[in-house]
Amino acid sequence: MMTSAHLDMTFAALADPTRRAILAQLALGEASVMELAEPFAMSQPAISKHLKVLERAGLISRGQDAQRRPRRIEAAPLAEATEWLENYRQLWEGNFRRLDALLDTMKAAQVKHKKHTPKK
Amino acid sequence: MNNAETFQLTTPTDLEIVMTRVFDAPRKLVFEAWTTPKYLPQWMLGPEGWTMPVCEIDLRTGGAWRFVWRSSDGKEMGMSGVYKEVLPPERIVSTESWGGYGPETINTLVLTEKDGKTTITNTKLFPTKESRDMALKSGMKEGVDASFKRLEEFLSTLA
Repeated sequence: MMTSAHLDMTFAALADPTRRAILAQLALGEASVMELAEPFAMSQPAISKHLKVLERAGLISRGQDAQRRPRRIEAAPLAEATEWLENYRQLWEGNFRRLDALLDTMKAAQVKHKKHTPKK
Repeated sequence: MNNAETFQLTTPTDLEIVMTRVFDAPRKLVFEAWTTPKYLPQWMLGPEGWTMPVCEIDLRTGGAWRFVWRSSDGKEMGMSGVYKEVLPPERIVSTESWGGYGPETINTLVLTEKDGKTTITNTKLFPTKESRDMALKSGMKEGVDASFKRLEEFLSTLA
């Protein structure tokens, strides 16, 4: 279980579109800083800065190869961040399904009420 | 029935949680279901086993509201707030606070109607990002299993 401060870092890291794109790229497989800099048309220092944020948030880690120092994605924090959103979603989904049923009842009552007026 | 698929929950900024959902009813009815003590306790319940014994609504600008939920084992959870803007049947802005803990949020509910269907957009604005994330966290893990169970029960009533 992550601490709230850690989750803060995860959300902050995910808030940036470039970092999300980097994660999407890494989801396809590990890549070195140089390999990542290319598709994003960014300098290596700029990419490195983003990678540092992602690394601090635990979203990526460094691979074994000492030469390339490839970065790879770490699934756990990402999963937890989306899990929280998913739990919240489940809660409201239940509420909204009940509201659907209630609205059906209300509509039916209204139709009954207006039975004698020909037009709705 | 496929309105469930229209449900979207997003965090477009660091301070917000935004929900949208389509309902197969005119917005006058949706508004009524959302703002009437007669109807609200029938659906806004959260996890299985919780009821809403207190639902007080003074629906006018400056008016107060207060809800209390109670679990089957006697736990209680309350929240309250004040209406900042009431424009039936299309818009409500209100404050919301969870008693002693948690920060106050500003909730904006917008209802739009098209072809007899109503789309609601419910935005919760938090004072800090940390409080927003805490609220997401308290999305009640125990509620998850219950929701699935309820979903199964619901689906079995279709057929």
